[in-house]
Amino acid sequence: MNQILKFKLDGVECMGYKDQYITNAAAENGFYIPTLCNIPGVKPRGACRICNVRVNGKLMTACTTPLANGMVIECQTEELKDLRKAIIELMLTEGNHFCPSCEKSGNCELQALAYRFNITVPRFKYQFPERDIEASHPKLIKDHNRCILCKRCIRVIKDEQGRNIFAFGKRGNRITINIDTELANDISDENARMAYEICPVGAILLRENAFREPIGKRKFDHVPIGIEMERFHK
Amino acid sequence: MRNAPIIQDSAMIESPEIMPAKSKLQHEVSTILEHYQHDKTRLMDILIDIQDENGYIPAEAIDYLSHELNISTVDIRQTVSFYHFFSETPRGKYTIYLNDSAVANMNGRKAVSKTFEKEAGISFGSVTEDGLIGLFNTSCIGMNDQEPAALINGAVFTRLTPFRASEIIRDIRAGKQVEEMFVASYGDGNNSSEFIKAVVNNHIMKRGPVLSDQFKPGEGIKEIVKMSPEDVIKEVKISNIRGRGGAGFPTGLKWEFCRNAADQTRYIFCNADEGEPGTFKDRVILTEKPFMLFEGMVIAGYAIGAKEGILYLRYEYKYLKKHLENALQKIRKLKLLGKNILGKKGFNFDIRIQFGAGAYVCGEESALIESAEGKRGEPRDRPPFPVEKGYLEKPTVVNNVETLCSIVKIIKNGGEWYKNLGTKESTGTKVLSISCDCRYPGIYEVEWGFSVNDILDMVGGDDVQAVQVGGPSGSCIAPNEFNRTLCYTDLATGGSLIIIGNHRDLLKGIILNFMDFFIDESCGSCTPCRILTVLLRDKLKKIIEGRGVMQDLEDMEDWGKIMKANRCGLGLTAANPILTTLKNFKNLYLNKIQINKDYDTGFRLDEALREGMKASNRKVSVLENK
Ligand SMILES: Cc1cc2nc3c(=O)[nH]c(=O)nc-3n(C[C@H](O)[C@H](O)[C@H](O)COP(=O)(O)O)c2cc1C
Ligand code: SF4
Ligand code: SF4
Ligand code: FES
Repeated sequence: MNQILKFKLDGVECMGYKDQYITNAAAENGFYIPTLCNIPGVKPRGACRICNVRVNGKLMTACTTPLANGMVIECQTEELKDLRKAIIELMLTEGNHFCPSCEKSGNCELQALAYRFNITVPRFKYQFPERDIEASHPKLIKDHNRCILCKRCIRVIKDEQGRNIFAFGKRGNRITINIDTELANDISDENARMAYEICPVGAILLRENAFREPIGKRKFDHVPIGIEMERFHK
Repeated sequence: MRNAPIIQDSAMIESPEIMPAKSKLQHEVSTILEHYQHDKTRLMDILIDIQDENGYIPAEAIDYLSHELNISTVDIRQTVSFYHFFSETPRGKYTIYLNDSAVANMNGRKAVSKTFEKEAGISFGSVTEDGLIGLFNTSCIGMNDQEPAALINGAVFTRLTPFRASEIIRDIRAGKQVEEMFVASYGDGNNSSEFIKAVVNNHIMKRGPVLSDQFKPGEGIKEIVKMSPEDVIKEVKISNIRGRGGAGFPTGLKWEFCRNAADQTRYIFCNADEGEPGTFKDRVILTEKPFMLFEGMVIAGYAIGAKEGILYLRYEYKYLKKHLENALQKIRKLKLLGKNILGKKGFNFDIRIQFGAGAYVCGEESALIESAEGKRGEPRDRPPFPVEKGYLEKPTVVNNVETLCSIVKIIKNGGEWYKNLGTKESTGTKVLSISCDCRYPGIYEVEWGFSVNDILDMVGGDDVQAVQVGGPSGSCIAPNEFNRTLCYTDLATGGSLIIIGNHRDLLKGIILNFMDFFIDESCGSCTPCRILTVLLRDKLKKIIEGRGVMQDLEDMEDWGKIMKANRCGLGLTAANPILTTLKNFKNLYLNKIQINKDYDTGFRLDEALREGMKASNRKVSVLENK
């Protein structure tokens, strides 16, 4: 355990531990690798794909790939920056993200990433899908318009017996996040809050909780996402 | 709470309604659950049994399962809604799944589907009001050399014509059993055996070691009982055989990785998902060489130290179930399977069959494992690889049907013998599935190193516009590349070649179909695979409709690169139909785009207004003529 490994990130010699994921090791060395579906401390699931880096030349997701000795990792190349930007643009155009009226605005990781990547006009056409808002659950509201299908809620929120409250439905471009009606009825306050907080966007909302933080006090009002990790930011 | 629980007196008093009598359906589900020992990881089998019994999976069954297995209903639905052949609504007493692959369409599917619709009085995707007939599309069912084909209540109907379609509907209305509806005699080889009785044909046109008649059950196992597992692996490594499922990983190395994994419980899977459109060689091997295949699994099991083998079989091949189970029974009797195989103490190995339920992505090895564990077929992140952490978190080898059969020959005749077949990097033979525009479609077992030209000569393919090598995920090549050879270092392929004649509309008839296929089959997890496949397809459509501009071609090329960010082989290759034709058939695109225009939104005013114009009784054509 805790064997020390050496690796190179964008030309800088770095050190990390065995069994550490590249994202974490990078952060400890002062590098921010953009992530979205990842939750530090929870078993990763490379769903969003924005953390793609080149490991010894090969595209791999930094959040799911454990460090190995001597890895040469490229992160901030033009190719990779544009790849990440494209993926964020895909998410923005797939759903309906009307930031000005969204409860999560200012605390939303997708929005923060869009700012960080200077996204003005996405290269993809907006799809304007018809999606529902589920307002039938006692504590939660699920706005499918904003869901980016990152799977965070599925992975984290379970009831006392370990059962899934959230799950995927269908597959491909018809995929949705579904909520178990019965379990959502009995969801604990902590779990409901956690679901709200774990969701990177405004797709899971707590009832009677909207717009509590005034503009200026929200998470990303003054600093771009990821800045706390960066020693090397320009 | 497995059986009817014992009700405590106090509970009776407090809530007498707590245990209503079990309904008929609950009884049925209970029996199924008993059969699988209430094992959550067998959810696929449980759902398949419920679906087969009822024709669909009723909500009541899901509630009951949720209660009995202690998993939430959304979680069960996560599995149910993933698979094409599961349905929460009835799909008709007779369910017709008509293949909608490109090759089916090239062989006259449209007329057949129209007749089905007309005779049944419904359109595809629906069920007749009386619940008798359901019409549904399905992707390639592994009958590319005898299309159009359909599955009707699990039985295969090949070479359909409009005439046959109306006959079938008439027979259904007359209350005939599916088996009574076959008119032609049964197919060749084992297809007409008492355990299969299918009208399917093998069309074996060229035999090599795998398909030869020389095989005797036990010929490989007899050898390995004298060898150590390490020696078996060594022999396989000498042969230099690489996986036949498409990815081409060296088999000996894979086995060695697994054998060296720390965990002692290990598994061997045979991948018989065969979902790549245009591939049907595994179907023929399963039909003709089940003993050989199972023997290959025993050898693999011995080599890696597994006690259990699982044949993951696509649902489309369910008509082979009895045949395969019978074969297992037979080799158990021959002591080639079970306890103390061929009298060797402690050499225990058995095989079970695991069905899928309609999902191409489940052919990807980690998705296949997820599926076998009762979950939606979502590929895993790698590392860890299945050889380290696979089925039930245990070291697992997944091998293709053909790989495992070739292994038997390698063990029988030696790795050195095998190495002399084929080319230096690509040793041995490859069983090819060849279909569409040639005189003799079917199965050809050839040594690696054949050029596309050689193959066209062999199968009688002239006047060829393109050859789709390796299915939709492979590449579409033009005549100037027909001198390229089939091998791992040039044109690697899982074995499917679709020959496309000059009279075909390549983009509209084939490439568009392939893109729709990937859209339907993506698991939906990765952002680019889920979204970009659709955007690329839409661009292609726009171009086909004559609305494209040069920028669209550039966009498609650029966007194709983003697909490299996906997790699994499906997403990594899903843009290939467009990218390889863009490269090899650029003129087809250039001829379709508008050269005098830099920009076109693709928006069609006439289409957008059509409904409104109609409703207000105004002429749509006024707009169209503009
Ligand atoms: C989307 C997808 C579908 C696949 N389908 C199959 C299949 O139907 N049969 C198969 O043997 N391999 C299939 N593969 C390849 C498997 O992941 C795996 O590499 C193979 O089963 C390993 O066996 P082999 O080494 O004997 O070839 C597929 C891969 C992908 C990405
Ligand atoms: S609801 Fe939120 S957490 Fe769940 S998948 Fe959608 S975006 Fe992710
Ligand atoms: S690439 Fe496509 S099919 Fe493969 S895991 Fe990602 S979304 Fe699923
Ligand atoms: S953060 Fe790594 S794939 Fe989403």
